[in-house]
Amino acid sequence: MAAAGETQTISSYIVHHLTNLTYGKLPGGFHRHDGSTVPEGGVWTMAHGGEEAAAMGFNAIHIDSMIWSIGLGIIFCWMFRSVAKKASAGTPSGMVNALEMVVGFVDNTVRDTFHGRNKLVAPLALTIFVWVFLMNLMDLIPVDLIPHTLMLLGVEYQKIVPSTDPNITMGMALGVFILMLYYSIKVKGFGFVKELTLNPFNHPLFIPVNLFMEVVGLLAKPFSLGLRLFGNMYAGEMIFILIAALFSAGVAWMVPAGLMQIGWAIFHILVITLQAFIFMVLTIVYLSMAHEDH
Amino acid sequence: MNLNLTLVGQMIAFIAFVAFCMKYVWPPILAAMHEREQKIADGLAAADKASHDLELAKEKAVERLKEAKEEAAGIVESANRRATQIVEEAKDAAVVEADRVKAAAQAEIEQETNRAREQLRGQVAALSLAGAEKVLGASIDAQAHADIVDKLAAEL
Repeated sequence: MAAAGETQTISSYIVHHLTNLTYGKLPGGFHRHDGSTVPEGGVWTMAHGGEEAAAMGFNAIHIDSMIWSIGLGIIFCWMFRSVAKKASAGTPSGMVNALEMVVGFVDNTVRDTFHGRNKLVAPLALTIFVWVFLMNLMDLIPVDLIPHTLMLLGVEYQKIVPSTDPNITMGMALGVFILMLYYSIKVKGFGFVKELTLNPFNHPLFIPVNLFMEVVGLLAKPFSLGLRLFGNMYAGEMIFILIAALFSAGVAWMVPAGLMQIGWAIFHILVITLQAFIFMVLTIVYLSMAHEDH
Repeated sequence: MNLNLTLVGQMIAFIAFVAFCMKYVWPPILAAMHEREQKIADGLAAADKASHDLELAKEKAVERLKEAKEEAAGIVESANRRATQIVEEAKDAAVVEADRVKAAAQAEIEQETNRAREQLRGQVAALSLAGAEKVLGASIDAQAHADIVDKLAAEL
């Protein structure tokens, strides 16, 4: 904290914490932060600051989000794969026991909610639950610990909680959305079209109205799924950053800020678990709806 | 807050992890859990059966014990009866033997008595004859007075 020197204000500190490490293509003619101008045809480079990142538009990638997200996904796979290898009908112990509890919990939730026959749903739910939980868990690491360390090593921006990046949450939500569409068409066939056009008013004249309402309802699902997680984690992260900023307000603020940090972190343990659980349950529910033929 | 290629990257990663989980994680763990569940259920059923068997065996054992006791009581009773019988028989035999011995002894005594009496009678006859000779001063003709002496001896 306060590493950038005297010039750093609280607002710049917060903005800095909310900026991703972005690699992308700057459009031609763009004036960079150091005064140079991007040549015609654009250039792929690391963004320096939010302005450059914004100018890159869609042709950019958040390297920090991707690394943390994929890294945590690999940790998930490695953990559960090692347990899957060790799992036997004998007496379970240690890690096997703990992760089997998670698997059993997810299996029960899927059984309660999803009544169709689909081999994908349960592993999907497990992946979502554990992966989202791990991504959310990064929120509990003190906000400056890793970004500041990396800054000393020359990496300018770093956001270590992938689920505070809407790209990450919406990416997963869109993945779920594609599965919803796929299974709706696969299970219902033409019935899916009927559901979109002849509901709730079963009359040919109302087809445009029905279509509009149903499509909005359909699109609302992935958006609510992705944005709920993003919003919750973003807000939580923001409060951690604000509490961290409070430490710089003077020695007298250290103790209350520390207490707030502890309190919010404890509360956040609940939030991150709950958000992971909600994402999982909604995914199951949406896929269950896609399987139900009216 | 920009939507960009990260979205696509995350989608691809998502699909990859779900596929991995579906192929390599979920089936073995769930299979192991189900197998264990089955094993535990079997174990519990076996324990139930064993306790049931134990109950049955206990009942059987009690029954057998009762039977054995009854049998033993029967044996003891018959043995007692037999013993009594033997004692009775022995008693009877003893009584018979005693009677026999007594009878033999009596017969012998009688025989001895008779013999003694005969002897005595003979001696008394001789004695009385001698006495009478002394008294009469003359010898008595044994031949002539034999019937008197015999009569005397018979009266003794």
